[in-house]
Amino acid sequence: MKTLRAFISLAATVLLVCVHAATAAPATARIPGDFGPPQGKPIKAVLTSPPHVPPAITRKYPAKVIVELEVVEKEMQISEGVSYLFWTFGGTVPGSFIRVRQGDTVEFHLKNHPSSKMPHNIDLHGVTGPGGGATSSFTAPGHESQFTFKALNEGIYVYHCATAPVGMHVANGMYGLILVEPPGGMAKVDHEFYVMQGDFYTVGKYREKGLQAFDMEKAIDERPTYVLFNGAEGALTGDKALTAKTNQKVRMFVGNGGPNLVSSFHVIGEIFDNVRYEGGSNVQHNVQTTLIPAGGAAVVEFRTEVPGSYVLVDHSIFRAFNKGALAILKVDGPENKAIYSGKELDAVYLGDRAQPNLSAVTTATAAAAKGNLTQQEQINAGKVLFTGTCSVCHQANGEGLAGVFPPLAKSDYLAGDVKRVIASVLHGLSGKVTVNGKEYNSVMPPMNQLNNDEVANILTYVYNTWGNPGGRVTSDEVKAVRAQPPVARRAEH
Amino acid sequence: MTLRSRSHWTRVVSRGLFSLCIGAAVPAVARAAGYVSIAAGEFASVLAGDTEVKPSSVPAFAMRTSPVTNREFLEFVKRNQGWARGRVSRVLADTQYLNHWRTPRELGDAALADQPVINVSWFAAQAFCEAEGAGGRLPSWLEWERVAAADTTHTDARPNPAWRAEILRWYSTATSVTLANTGGTANVYGIQDMHGLIWEWVDDFNALLVAADSRSQGDPDKLQFCGAGAISLKDRDNYAVLMRIALLSSLKAVDTTRNLGFRCVIPVSKGPK
Repeated sequence: MKTLRAFISLAATVLLVCVHAATAAPATARIPGDFGPPQGKPIKAVLTSPPHVPPAITRKYPAKVIVELEVVEKEMQISEGVSYLFWTFGGTVPGSFIRVRQGDTVEFHLKNHPSSKMPHNIDLHGVTGPGGGATSSFTAPGHESQFTFKALNEGIYVYHCATAPVGMHVANGMYGLILVEPPGGMAKVDHEFYVMQGDFYTVGKYREKGLQAFDMEKAIDERPTYVLFNGAEGALTGDKALTAKTNQKVRMFVGNGGPNLVSSFHVIGEIFDNVRYEGGSNVQHNVQTTLIPAGGAAVVEFRTEVPGSYVLVDHSIFRAFNKGALAILKVDGPENKAIYSGKELDAVYLGDRAQPNLSAVTTATAAAAKGNLTQQEQINAGKVLFTGTCSVCHQANGEGLAGVFPPLAKSDYLAGDVKRVIASVLHGLSGKVTVNGKEYNSVMPPMNQLNNDEVANILTYVYNTWGNPGGRVTSDEVKAVRAQPPVARRAEH
Repeated sequence: MTLRSRSHWTRVVSRGLFSLCIGAAVPAVARAAGYVSIAAGEFASVLAGDTEVKPSSVPAFAMRTSPVTNREFLEFVKRNQGWARGRVSRVLADTQYLNHWRTPRELGDAALADQPVINVSWFAAQAFCEAEGAGGRLPSWLEWERVAAADTTHTDARPNPAWRAEILRWYSTATSVTLANTGGTANVYGIQDMHGLIWEWVDDFNALLVAADSRSQGDPDKLQFCGAGAISLKDRDNYAVLMRIALLSSLKAVDTTRNLGFRCVIPVSKGPK
C-alpha cells in the first residue's frame, strides 16, 4: 500500500511538473519546473545544522532566495577526548542544510570568518555553471563573495569547498547538502533527518587523545582513521540519537562528503521503502543497503513499525565498528508482536551430543573398561552417538536421502563385509557406491574423530536396527581396521 | 632532488654562510630589526610545475630576520600619519586595517609590541618596506619561498618530512590560540618565523595566479598551477607551501586578515666580492 501511495504521489508530481513546464518560458521549456523570473519579495533561506532539515517549502512560485553561509575553522571533538581543527560551512560538519525550490533564483553569499587561516570557496553540485560556483566564490579570510544561480534541477545535492588542496578541504569537513525541492513539494513525512558521512585522516591513531592534525599521507593512501556520520563519533548516538515514534514516516537525506570512501548505507533492522538513489529522480523500493558515492547523496524513506534502536551504519562494516560510522535512530512506541515478537525463547542449547541420555555412552564406556560390556549397552550408547554424528546425513530413521546419502536401513552394503563398513566410517567414502540397487556418488568425510569404542557402538546400533542383520562390532575390530591404511578400499567398489 | 642539484646546493650553502658573515655590513637606515644577506643562487620553486624546468636563479638580497612587529609598525605609523587607521584611504587598506589596535596610535591589550603586525594591507606593507630605505621592498615569492625552504641545518629542507610537519602543525591549530611573539628558532640563514606564526605578504602576490576554482588544470588557459594540490605540482608533498600560495592568491592588495603580516627585503647591489 505504501508503495502504491508513493507511486501516486510521484505520478502527481510528474503531472504538476508537466503543467508547470507548459507555462514556462520557451528557452527553458524542455526542463521541468517553473523558471520564470523570481516573484515576490526576496526570501532569506532558513539554514539548519545537522541532523535538522529546514521546513518544507510551501511556496507555489519561484522566488529570489538569499543564502548566507559562513565558513568557520574551528576546533571540535571528533571522538571522546580527541579534537580536530575542522573547516566548516556554518560551524558544523556537515555544513548547514540548504533548502530551495526548483526554479528559485539563489543569491549566494559565502562569508569567510576573519579568524580563518585559509581562503575557501564553494562548489554546489546543484548549480549549473563553471565550478558549480567555485569560480565565483574564492574568498579570503575576513571577506565575502556573492554569486547568483538559478536552481534548474530538482534533487538532493552535495556542496563542498574546492580550494586547493581540494582533498584536504573536504577531508577537514567542508561539505553539506542542498535540497532543490520539486515545484510540487515532497510527500509529507513525520520526520526529516540530515545525515552525512565523511572520512577523516589524523596523524594519531583511532581514538588517540588530544588535538589531532590532518595526515595528508593517509588521505592520499585512502586509509582513514575515522569514518563518521555528522563529523564526530557519537554525533548521533546516546542523547543525540535521532528519535521517532512507531508508525511514523521517516525521510533521511543522506550525503557522503568523502573525500575518498563510497558508503554502503544501511539501517540495521529497517528496509527502505523508497530510495531516491544517487539523489536522482528514480525511486527504488525495498532496499536493504544503498550505495552513496563520495560527492553524492540519496533520499531514503521508511516507516517505523517496531520500537527499538535502529543502527545506521556504513555496511563496509569495519568502518562502523572500528572507525566510528555508526548512528542510532531510536523508535519509541508500543510493541507490535505481529511484526516482530521480540525474544520468545531463551533456553540453554548444548547440541545433540549433550542430550540427557548421553549417560548411555558413559555406562558403555565404564562397562567396556571393566570388560563386561553387553550388546544392549553398545546399542544404547550407539544410538546416542548416531544421533549426534550420523543422523545429519543418514537421517534419524536410517533411510538416508534418495540419490544423495545412502540408506543404512535394510542395507545390503552393511550386510556385506564388516571390515569394509568399519573402514568407511574411519576413512570416509567417496565416489560411486551401490546400495540396495541404487547408485550413489557423493562424499562421506572420514569420521576418525570417533574413538574405537564409539565406532563399535554406533555400528552395533546400526546392525541391530531398521531390519539389519544384527550382531556386534567390537572395539578390537575397529582398532584392527584403523591400523590398516585406507589404500585398497576404493578398488572394492 | 637529484644528486647534481644537491652538490649545487652545497656550494650555495657555503656561499650563503660567507654572505651571512658580511650581512651586518648592509647599511642601516632607521631599521629596528636586523637583515641578513642571502647570496644569489638557484632555486626550484613549487611553481615550476610537472615538467623538468631548470631552477630559477635568484639574485642576492638581504631579508629581515623576523616579521615586522606591532611596535615597529606603530613607529612607522607615528612617522607616517597617512598610514594611521582612520586616515588611510579605502583604496589602500580595507575596513579591518589595524583594527586589533586599541586606537590608531596605541596598541592596547590585543596587540602586544613583539607580536607580528597583522591586519595590514599589501599597500601598507609595501610602504613600510620602502620607508626602511636602501630600496626596501616586500620579498618576491621566489625569494620568500627560497628562504622558507630552509630548516635549522639545511638550505633546502623540503624533502624532510619534519620540515613539512612543522608547517602543517600550524594549519591544524585554530586562530583563537594567542599569536606568539616574533623571535622563533632561526633557520640556517639566521631568519626566524618563516613558518608557524603568520602568513606574509609578498611583492608579487597577485602574480600567483591560482585559479579561483583550483581544479581547472585541464582548462586550455590554465594558470601556473592549481591541480587539487597534486597534479600540477612538481612534488605533491609541497601542498603545505601550495596552501600559502592559495591564501595569497585569494587576496587583493587592499585586503587585510587576522593572520597576515609581512617582512621586508633589501636588494644587495652586486655585493662585496
